[in-house]
Amino acid sequence: MTTAAVKPALKPATMAQALQRALRDAMADDPSVHVLGEDVGTLGGVFRITDGLAAEFGDDRCTDTPLAEAGILGTAVGMAMYGLRPVVEMQFDAFAYPSFEQLISHVAKMRNRTRGAMPLPITVRVPYGGGIGGVEHHSDSSEAYYMATPGLHVVTPATVDDAYGLLRAAIASDDPVVFLEPKRLYWSKASWSPDAPSAVEPIGRAVVRRPGSSATLITYGPSVPVCLEAAEAARAEGWDLEVVDLRSLVPFDDETVAESVRRTGRAVVVHESNGFGGPGGEIAARVTERCFHHLEAPVLRVAGFDIPYPPPMLEKHHLPGVDRVLDAVARLQWEADS
Amino acid sequence: MKKSSTPVQEPPATAASRRPTPPPAWQPRTAAAPLLPDTEPYRVLGTPAAAAADPALLLRLYGELVRGRRFNAQATALTKQGRLAVYPSSTGQEACEIAAAQVLREQDWLFPSYRDSLAAVARGLDPVEVLSLLRGDRHTGYDPYEHRVAPLSTPLATQLPHAVGLAHAARLKGDDVVALALVGDGGTSEGDFHEAMNFAAVWQAPVVFLVQNNGFAISVPLAKQTAAPSLAHKAVGYGMPGRLVDGNDVLAVHTVLGEAVERARRGGGPTLVEAVTYRMEAHTNADDATRYRDDSEVAAWRAHDPVRLLERELRERGVLDDEGAGKAAQAADEMAAGLRERMNADPVLDPMDLFAHVYAEQTSQLREQAEMLRAELDAAGEPR
Repeated sequence: MTTAAVKPALKPATMAQALQRALRDAMADDPSVHVLGEDVGTLGGVFRITDGLAAEFGDDRCTDTPLAEAGILGTAVGMAMYGLRPVVEMQFDAFAYPSFEQLISHVAKMRNRTRGAMPLPITVRVPYGGGIGGVEHHSDSSEAYYMATPGLHVVTPATVDDAYGLLRAAIASDDPVVFLEPKRLYWSKASWSPDAPSAVEPIGRAVVRRPGSSATLITYGPSVPVCLEAAEAARAEGWDLEVVDLRSLVPFDDETVAESVRRTGRAVVVHESNGFGGPGGEIAARVTERCFHHLEAPVLRVAGFDIPYPPPMLEKHHLPGVDRVLDAVARLQWEADS
Repeated sequence: MKKSSTPVQEPPATAASRRPTPPPAWQPRTAAAPLLPDTEPYRVLGTPAAAAADPALLLRLYGELVRGRRFNAQATALTKQGRLAVYPSSTGQEACEIAAAQVLREQDWLFPSYRDSLAAVARGLDPVEVLSLLRGDRHTGYDPYEHRVAPLSTPLATQLPHAVGLAHAARLKGDDVVALALVGDGGTSEGDFHEAMNFAAVWQAPVVFLVQNNGFAISVPLAKQTAAPSLAHKAVGYGMPGRLVDGNDVLAVHTVLGEAVERARRGGGPTLVEAVTYRMEAHTNADDATRYRDDSEVAAWRAHDPVRLLERELRERGVLDDEGAGKAAQAADEMAAGLRERMNADPVLDPMDLFAHVYAEQTSQLREQAEMLRAELDAAGEPR
């Protein structure tokens, strides 16, 4: 009766709502934060992540731009040069490609080119990945392109809490951050209190989502729920799987990952992005370099096929699912134990 | 007499916000659309209009042009001595470079391309710091905030949206700042040129675009670059004024750019200025211009040299004599001698700087790599 009001009420919230709240709070806290992109104003973005921002902060703070991704990011560079903190929305993963020259030649390099004089605190939000039945050019996993570019941070949340905390951290960062939003998790729900939002997470720290002892599933973004489901299913086979959610691909948390794999002795990297040239190759190499003498089996990868993203009616065959993860776990040379 | 400097017709103020009119309300249009830029380049020197110019301004511009010409010659010489990796010379284009720097106030910003070292120097930067990129010791040798000069941009036209964004941000903050962005004729074919022009016009950003049309994109002539009547015409499609000016007439460029800057400062929005000029030297010291153009063409442009055009005007009006010209040449020689001497000293570089400014905070991966390099340097006996 007496202290009921002290604890904020937890309500079901979606990742989309948490992202919206993060933008809203960042804009309220810091007048230099400006949101710009296609349809982010009146419409609130095609995924409604910027819903209400133009109404609350005005068109100058949340701006509908011309339809031109290079122009959006290029003008954001100029705005950042002048001391603003732009948050750019790319409407879909594959629509961000026209902005790559600005991203790679200027956004990623400006701090370095100017020996620290001109940092660019720009957040580039990119809805990415498949699983929502999107037609061509709406489901790419483009993280490998960003990872391959020094000077960028690459961050991706998998939970409602992280969506809020990591986006706040990205906007607060003095470095450019490519913030990859797994669009099939936009409507995932968790108990969350918008009155006392989750903590601002430091960028660059992975987290153990599920402790386990048999093997480590290393994953991020849209594949985290898949791995958690696989870990539950694996119990029936007698495997106790640990799930590491990377949260940040750059910087990469070698410490958390290696600590886990040294303990379990086995690892599978899981992501939607194609395997060849994908993040899994880098991660497997890093794990092998650090954990070789602890490994009972080669580090395996479960990834999307090396194909252009398939039509929506076929995507279920392309996306790594629970069965494919379990099949990989089964191939981790368990017979050597018996 | 050439066309006067009357600004072209302003775009309708409501254009940006107007919604499409439903078809039943369409009215047939009988008058031709206005807003076309000048058909001939605006020119002042050698015409009666030049008499109205302030002699002090002309003398100042003359001194800058002579220094600029000498700077180009000295930088080219430094490539031959192996002191610069490469130098894209602006010899022949000094009027554009100098005027661009001169029309800006202290709080304004300049966005140069790789050929615009001279404009950056004329804005007040240390020439050694500006040439750092081309010497190869640093990507940008100066602090962009010191004189509000953005880093020299090598990827074509990519600096233009930066200028728009900065000018837009300044306007949002209520600051009196104009951005002037430089681009070449080849750069106008890039998508970033289009996007920057469009954003600038939609946002009515206080920005001025100066296209130095020097006739060639390395070897490709303008005819293979565009089918537009002029590059200034491109402004029409964006709803901004386009001005065509003789890029070798420093007074004309200074006047047109000055008007455009003032227009932007007053809230009138962006302007596209095309300055018709000529690159007297090859694209860079690594280029062979004889493969794509005749000496006779170069000779014809030499007769329309920006330094000589102004000098002739000054001498005819009795503003400049041999003594004045000699003083200007001497000042330029002293600048060149100082530059030569300083560029002959090897830059002192710290290899550990490779890792210094990739991120605000070094990642663990970069710390490991820095340790590796440190160990290599220690093993090689390099001083810390």
